[in-house]
Amino acid sequence: MLFAGWLIVAFAVALLPPTLVRTVFILSGVAVELLGLALAMQGNLTDTRERG
Amino acid sequence: MLARPLSETSALLCLLCIFLIPLAIAGIAIVNGGLGRSHSASHAMLTSISVFAVAAGTYFLCGFALQGFIGGPGRDIVVAGRSWNWLGNEPMFLRGINAYNSPSSLAVLLQLFAVGLVALIPLGAGLERWRLSASCASTVLLAGWVYPLFAHWAWDGGWLAQLGVNSGMGHGFLDVGGSGSIHVVGGLTALAVSWILGPRTGKYSSEDIPSAIPGHNTVLVLFGCFLAFVGWLGLNSAAAILFTGAPPQRIVLIAVNTTLAASAALLTTVIITGMRFGRPDVSISANGWVGGLVAGSAASPFIAPAAAVFIGLVAGALVTYSVEWFELRLMVDDPGGAISVHAVGGIWGLLALGIFANFRDPVLNVTDAAGGFSAAIAAAGAGQWLAQLVGVATLVGFVLPLSYALNLILNRFVPFRVHMEGERQGLDLYELGGGAYPEFVTHTEDFTQFRKRKS
Repeated sequence: MLFAGWLIVAFAVALLPPTLVRTVFILSGVAVELLGLALAMQGNLTDTRERG
Repeated sequence: MLARPLSETSALLCLLCIFLIPLAIAGIAIVNGGLGRSHSASHAMLTSISVFAVAAGTYFLCGFALQGFIGGPGRDIVVAGRSWNWLGNEPMFLRGINAYNSPSSLAVLLQLFAVGLVALIPLGAGLERWRLSASCASTVLLAGWVYPLFAHWAWDGGWLAQLGVNSGMGHGFLDVGGSGSIHVVGGLTALAVSWILGPRTGKYSSEDIPSAIPGHNTVLVLFGCFLAFVGWLGLNSAAAILFTGAPPQRIVLIAVNTTLAASAALLTTVIITGMRFGRPDVSISANGWVGGLVAGSAASPFIAPAAAVFIGLVAGALVTYSVEWFELRLMVDDPGGAISVHAVGGIWGLLALGIFANFRDPVLNVTDAAGGFSAAIAAAGAGQWLAQLVGVATLVGFVLPLSYALNLILNRFVPFRVHMEGERQGLDLYELGGGAYPEFVTHTEDFTQFRKRKS
């Protein structure tokens, strides 16, 4: 999801004209990244607990 | 497109500033060494200098070829009618560099030091459990691919620097002193390494409660902070001259802002830890100082001193709380505070540039065909802030997964984590056969057993 979020940002920058829609797409991409980061942190937390 | 030649004054000043950068490397190495335990201190310092050597070698081999320099050959891709530069295309082994008073030769020297600084950052997160050989192997990936790629995008005319002209986002992504290119790249790699290594043995109880494992020499840590400060002055100044075309007169403002950001961050950490724990915490305060330096790097030539103070205040608070957050809530064992200081502090510095930057002079921007300066002086505002946000999104969404994947694969071939016995003995004895402080053998039992086994 980290990478997917970045792809949304990159495509918005490359393909969309400088409008509000582009800003919304960029912010959406960042939101997806934050979700991915939270999941990665949660995954590491579980992994660390399992390792003991 | 040719890079703008430097005046003799600028070139000389730039060279002098570049010569200060190794002090930043020494400072970070000493901070890391002091924040670890005494039984791994020698290992921490040897790893630091080895990693620096590996980084310089790798950068010479292929790093600069991928990164390139403003105005040098690059690889372009055309999307929706606009050309985006995504990779440098210089010859390997630093061939083709004009060594006589050219900005590119100064850039090579700066980058050799910068890549060494990047490579040292993850060591702070891997203290006391990351094998010497594995950290050197990981540095090859960082210095050879990850760092040059992002540094090209941000500093050397890559697609992030082109956001201004291609997409109308202010001056494009700006990161003068390397808050992103150096520190966030290093800090996110530290996070990836920390995930792969896992916490030190005994760090967390079965109820997930962390135990405090204090550093062995706080005096060394604070001395490292002073050294790093001098190096930072050089790094921020040299990078401003080379990558944004800052005139020599601007160096004074850069030095003032760097000092104020670090000072404000330190005082914030001292006050916060003093209020929360009853007395100031030395290691977190040291982290706050470096965090202020990191956060202040991105925007130092473009902000007013008051903005530098604000950036430092926020950086100090962010570092203090994120150190605790990573350790307590996320169970990420980062003895050197590398993730909080470099990744969190750096991201804040990049975003702060979009908020506080005030462009009074043209900013060097490769996307202008007439010699490398953007003619228009863009106003700071939503466009610039959006460019900074895209840069941060690239760091988190591209650099972090890339770094994690590369290190995860490497871990299969060169195991990162030292054997549990090595952790118990300390890496000095286990990997090097001798301690940093032989007169103070506190682990007599381990030492005698080791000697017996050897004989």
